[in-house]
Amino acid sequence: MTETAYRIQGATGEWEVVIGLEVHAQVTSEAKLFSGAATAFGAEPNTQVSLVDAAMPGMLPVPNRECIRQAVRTGMAIEAKINKWSRFDRKNYFYADLPQGYQISQLYHPLVGEGAIEISLDDKNPDAVTKRIGIERIHVEQDAGKLMHDQHPTRSYVDLNRSGVALMEIVSKPDMRSPAEAGAYLSKLRTILRYVGSCDGNMDQGSMRADVNVSVRKPGEEFGTRTETKNVNSVRFVMAVVEHEANRQVDVLEAGGKIVQETRLYDPDRNETRSMRSKEDAHDYRYFPDPDLLPLELDDAFLEECRQSLPELPDAKRQRYEQDLGLSAYNAATLTADADTARWFEALLAEGARIQKKSESEVAKASANWLLSELYGALNRLGKSLESSPVGPEEGAELLALIADGTISGTIAKQVFEIMLETGDRAPKIVEEKGLKQTSDTGAIEAAVAKVLADNGDKVEQYKAGKEALFGFFVGQTMKAMQGKANPQVVNELIKKALG
Amino acid sequence: MSELTDLTVAEIRDGFRAGDFSAREVAEAFNKNVAAAKALNAFIVETPEKALEAAGAADRAKAAGEALKPLSGVPIGMKDLFCTEGVQTTAASHMLEGFTPTYESTVSGKLWAAGAGMLGKLNLDQFAMGSSNETSYFGNVISPWRRARKDGGGGDNAALAPGGSSGGSSSAIAARLCPAATGTDTGGSIRQPAAFTGISGIKPTYGRCSRWGIVAFASSLDQAGPMARTVRDNAILLETMAGFDPKDSTSLDLAVPQWEAHLSSDLKGKKVGIPREYRPDGLNAEIAALWDRGIEWLKDAGAEVVDVSLPHTKYALPTYYIIAPAEASSNLARYDGVRYGQRNLPDGAGLQDMYAATRALGFGPEVKRRIMIGTYVLSAGFYDAYYTQAQKVRALIARDFEQAFEKCDLLLTPTAPSASFALGEKQADPLAMYLNDVFTVPASLAGLPAMAVPGGLDAQGLPLGLQIIGKALDEQTVLNAGLAIEERAGFTARPDKWW
Repeated sequence: MTETAYRIQGATGEWEVVIGLEVHAQVTSEAKLFSGAATAFGAEPNTQVSLVDAAMPGMLPVPNRECIRQAVRTGMAIEAKINKWSRFDRKNYFYADLPQGYQISQLYHPLVGEGAIEISLDDKNPDAVTKRIGIERIHVEQDAGKLMHDQHPTRSYVDLNRSGVALMEIVSKPDMRSPAEAGAYLSKLRTILRYVGSCDGNMDQGSMRADVNVSVRKPGEEFGTRTETKNVNSVRFVMAVVEHEANRQVDVLEAGGKIVQETRLYDPDRNETRSMRSKEDAHDYRYFPDPDLLPLELDDAFLEECRQSLPELPDAKRQRYEQDLGLSAYNAATLTADADTARWFEALLAEGARIQKKSESEVAKASANWLLSELYGALNRLGKSLESSPVGPEEGAELLALIADGTISGTIAKQVFEIMLETGDRAPKIVEEKGLKQTSDTGAIEAAVAKVLADNGDKVEQYKAGKEALFGFFVGQTMKAMQGKANPQVVNELIKKALG
Repeated sequence: MSELTDLTVAEIRDGFRAGDFSAREVAEAFNKNVAAAKALNAFIVETPEKALEAAGAADRAKAAGEALKPLSGVPIGMKDLFCTEGVQTTAASHMLEGFTPTYESTVSGKLWAAGAGMLGKLNLDQFAMGSSNETSYFGNVISPWRRARKDGGGGDNAALAPGGSSGGSSSAIAARLCPAATGTDTGGSIRQPAAFTGISGIKPTYGRCSRWGIVAFASSLDQAGPMARTVRDNAILLETMAGFDPKDSTSLDLAVPQWEAHLSSDLKGKKVGIPREYRPDGLNAEIAALWDRGIEWLKDAGAEVVDVSLPHTKYALPTYYIIAPAEASSNLARYDGVRYGQRNLPDGAGLQDMYAATRALGFGPEVKRRIMIGTYVLSAGFYDAYYTQAQKVRALIARDFEQAFEKCDLLLTPTAPSASFALGEKQADPLAMYLNDVFTVPASLAGLPAMAVPGGLDAQGLPLGLQIIGKALDEQTVLNAGLAIEERAGFTARPDKWW
């Protein structure tokens, strides 16, 4: 099956959109790229600034090995070439949030070379429509500080907490052709970064942001002139930028105009992009190798350690869930789309298998269904995330084990779960204290069945006359009489027997 | 006993240990000389209290019978390019006037930890850019030397250049204001001023001394080193100054040799290369003659002399004047008026106006010239023609040395193409000024250890120096050859006190 091509219908015919993304991802690390200063989000202004970050006279950068390691692991996760020899360059420009007067980056010799990411374009069936998006490179660079213009009527303030924080710039090839592809790419990239643990992917906190390069062309023609929309900070906004910018460009071209190579800004409130500066105003960054730093040379032992430390990646995990655990493609995709969800699920699985003394694949389906329907439903209702869930994987596994061994029915399980959410008590205790154990005591059930049939003589007549649908009614009434605690299988059998 | 201020570092160290005098007496004697030498303008900040404080600690330690440190009792001068905690650090610029670091440079910190005391912060060319000390915002240092005629005829009273950029250091040592001082050398800033003032100084292998806390000029070239009146004193100080620093990525992770203990002027088995490219047509005859004497001295010390070629020497100066300004243009971008140092904010000025006004005010003409050169050579369209090309030539120059060192163990050359000149004489012509570095720049580009030692006086009674260039990390051979020259040159001349 092939994807339906995304086309913009213009007056002069169909247009194709060409998209490339440059994603800036903050490296998860206790310390900054070239200084020992801390990197926590939300600290008081200028409390996480070392002498190096403030570019005091005579201060020198020293690369933080952990930042390099995280970038290398990220490169490995996208099957990219890792350059054992790379180098840092200075990108020179003046701005008040850039204390050194240059950003240390990697222009000429990036740490990570070409790689690729496979994206799925059908959520329901992830393997049905896939596309490989090429990655040009990943390089490591320093973030700048932050200017605050709203603190004083005539002055601007500078917060250097972010100054020097390590970023990975992940540059895609111009391989995307629709807003959906751009969105899927960014989501998949974020998933991979979170799996690897090299970036928390929190776009709302600025840990990840994208520069969106968009151009349009008539299908089959050469690439058109592109614009770059800077610092777009959500998947939804990236898709909106592509759509808006592509349509804007088509309008300009069809009106006989030309696309100017320029930098644009996205205004989410108005859902439009605006020109920031054109190529003519572009800085001459005067890149040159940073003479304060030696070339970065990585040895095989370091690379091997990076490789060994990589977790199972989302695609591999999804396939394993389908093939080894027997989950549906949709469930497997949903559970693996987020590293935290997969971790939670696997803990639930491990605990379930342990308590029930079964294999993980034997408990997988019930675990997946419970997590995706019962737990997610409850969390949605409570406005909580998996991370803040009042019920953990161990408690969940205990509840599922009680269903599996017939101690409680699925119906009772729902009640027990509600109580767990409210009180924080564990399932076995609730079942015990509330006497919710399902009964298989045929005597009690027989008595209940007999009473139900006696009270509903007319319905028994109708049933016997061929209205077999009434069987469910008898089951329901019996269960009601038993306060839901009867084993449904036993109820079925006894009713069948009583009705002869 | 001679004056305390005539003693060398080794003599002060040993005399103090022997109880010949107290550390306080030494500090007071030098403090007195410093206070009386304002005419030389060698210091930007005097810190007599720091010298006394270190001396007091040394005297107390000695009285208590505690172990003494390598430089206990020795006061020194500190080039004002080294950041010193709590003491103004300016790089001789208006930009950093009033800037007081909250931190201590690695090298100066090592010296204080070794027991040395600080007499003050020494004047220099602004941001270490200059060869005559005329670019200092705080006025030029004046050499204690004056022209005279050996035939007894009258000289002149022209104020002479102490060399640069470490001109405060050279002038202060020659005038006995301090027994030793720190210098930094990017293209000759230790060696040329040493030669101009009749003292010694060594630029070690690039990476021997940490650059952390030294106001940067050109990162790939900057090296700290000592300056003193004897080779032994240089060895003593360098042992303290050198050493791996994890805060400087370009610092070498190697043990520091015991240079002083291994000093020997016996050069038997050593081959001295004489690079023919350092003897251009029109080389000053007195300097050529001194060089020949130097060759004889080294032969006398047991060395064998061989001719060598460093074919890319003529490209060294242009290469240096591309790479050093390129790095400087970027290194000095941090002086923007935002966080520290000068800020010039005209009424109604925006950010760009503030940058322009601040940098126009804070930098002197030579610094501006080099920032402009550096900005130009890194610009789009010029980068490959200048910077990339210069890096290639730099590699060729380094290869020249490697090939020469296959035939010899050290090189002997003049330090500078002339003796000291009068202040103002070359100021109008930057190119003539840049030519001062012609013999010192190649070793800087190659990162090699190189030392200046005094060889004699010219006809006007001004000192001339010889330069020894060694293999990477072989400071020992450089110092040993320096010692051999020192012993044979018998350089005892000193400037007559006029200040």
